[in-house]
Amino acid sequence: MTLFGIDFTNYVELAAMILFGIGLVLLLVDKNLIKKNIAFAMTDSAIYLFLAAKGYIFGRRAPIIENGITSAEAYINPIPAGLVLTGIVVSVACSAVMLALTVRLYRRYHSLDIDEIIALSQKERDQDGTGGNV
Amino acid sequence: MSLWQSIPFACILLPLAAAALTAALPTRRARYVAGFVLLVQTVLSALLVARMASGNESYVYMMGHYPAPWGNEIRVGLLESVIGLFFSLVMTLSVLGGLFVLEQELLSDRHSLMSALLLLLSSALQAQVYTNDLFTAYVFVEIMTISAVGLIAAHDTGRGQVAAMRYMIMNLIGSALFLLSIILLYDLTGHLLMSPIHDSVGSLRGSGAYRLPLTVVVALMCGGLAIKSALWPFHTWVPDAYGTSTPAASAILSSLVSEGYVFLMVKLIWRMLGPETIVSTHVNDVILVFGIIGMISGSVGAIRQVNIKRLIAWSSVAQIGYMYMGIGLGTAAGLEAACFHILSHAAAKALLFLSANSLHAVSGSYRMEYIRGSGRRAPLAAAAFIVGALSLVGIPFTAGFASKWFFAQAGLAYGSLRMILVFAALVISTALNVVYFMGAIIRIFSPADDGLSRPDKRVGPLRYVALAGLAGLTVLLGCIPGQIMAWITEGLSRFG
Repeated sequence: MTLFGIDFTNYVELAAMILFGIGLVLLLVDKNLIKKNIAFAMTDSAIYLFLAAKGYIFGRRAPIIENGITSAEAYINPIPAGLVLTGIVVSVACSAVMLALTVRLYRRYHSLDIDEIIALSQKERDQDGTGGNV
Repeated sequence: MSLWQSIPFACILLPLAAAALTAALPTRRARYVAGFVLLVQTVLSALLVARMASGNESYVYMMGHYPAPWGNEIRVGLLESVIGLFFSLVMTLSVLGGLFVLEQELLSDRHSLMSALLLLLSSALQAQVYTNDLFTAYVFVEIMTISAVGLIAAHDTGRGQVAAMRYMIMNLIGSALFLLSIILLYDLTGHLLMSPIHDSVGSLRGSGAYRLPLTVVVALMCGGLAIKSALWPFHTWVPDAYGTSTPAASAILSSLVSEGYVFLMVKLIWRMLGPETIVSTHVNDVILVFGIIGMISGSVGAIRQVNIKRLIAWSSVAQIGYMYMGIGLGTAAGLEAACFHILSHAAAKALLFLSANSLHAVSGSYRMEYIRGSGRRAPLAAAAFIVGALSLVGIPFTAGFASKWFFAQAGLAYGSLRMILVFAALVISTALNVVYFMGAIIRIFSPADDGLSRPDKRVGPLRYVALAGLAGLTVLLGCIPGQIMAWITEGLSRFG
């Protein structure tokens, strides 16, 4: 595909970056905590998609020896795939913590709107003086 | 390979294993295990520093004995060992002073988890100090984020939960940017270990190829770590996160977690990207400007506070600005001054948060009208507060004076617009520091005849041991800055 005179061949990376941008903006500006959770999952998945796309070499196979072919030229680099797996584990842990926090906030304030939650928390009677807006 | 070379590995693995253990133990035993493991970690780090300071060696520890391009490595030199010792020392003292006095602040079933979180955090800090592998650094950055969120959320108030959520969102954005930069760098160079990346980036810089991707990598890496360590303008979560958490948690979050990220950044700049790359992409100018604005706006924010804990939290924003100003200078002297400031701020800030909590114990609130006169009710805690405040203001014979001196010297090397900027920022920020810290000290010692009822709780002797230790550390750094700085300079020169 030719766009503005430039040849685009890395569609997957392009898609990953678009997804990353959507996720990042949502994570920053959306008020709904569940949507923030989804946005975080999207951001991290976009990064892993980018990594997987960068690690793929056109015309080569997954690094599992088949039919006795042992030449390294036949297979792609397994390290990006390993990094993606590690990264997925990390982001699952982060998602779990963030969802747990969301549940606790919802139980306390019965709302998922972060602005509303902040406003409610600042109204709470401030017993040990840790509050105070200024 | 001799046995003592495994010390850094033990410093990472011991707390990690103990964290899993303490999560299952009853509260009291969990605390003793946590205290004991942190003490062992400190002693081991001290042995390592003694070893590294006597000889001029540094070594690479191969995990699983796989050689360079494939294996995972730990790299140990003088600078890493000094910072590692300091982090575990401040950690131990903060835990000593904070962990044993929080019955009233937490739900009863969370105490052993608190010990587990502190141990996880300590392990992640040590791993960031010693690792030579980028992806390992990322994984431990995330472990640190999760345990820090747990520490903030452990304080069972609505504000604490909200602060934890805001902290988490900002930190996840920072981690995402950091991870993206690692992937781009891996794509450019084909390595994840810092030393081979250094060579590849050097040849890329020499040939002028991939200039734009390299700039993007540098910007994303610095931006991600800057968000995580609360550089202005990414500091909005700081006052709530530090202001609402328990004493041990706020001492550790402000004095170790942010500094851990700053040290990681120093390490990445010096050992991996090379200071020339940062300077040639002009990212350091941006960092310098943000650091200077942070120094001033953090102090202005602190002046507006009527709550002593939030005042100290705002002053952290200013102090992080100092470190980034040193990094932004882009010279060895600037990075050395930033490293020294990591040490001096870690000691002073932990001291301030713990002593503020002792003043709170005899006042019933962190608000200034309640704090008034607390210096007469708890003179030792007030003395500790004064030592910390004087250090951040920059009075001679405290650590803060030495670090301001080093920053000024680093700025002098320029003799241009940058020198004027650095000097103006130092002067204005110091003046503002005097305003709010002297205001706080005067209120602490002025008589309380306003008829407010105040409780008279006692804090345990362990708190005083911790305060004395941290105050001693602050004064020690201020009295022998030359020796510490010689170690930092020596360590940084052997860093490559």
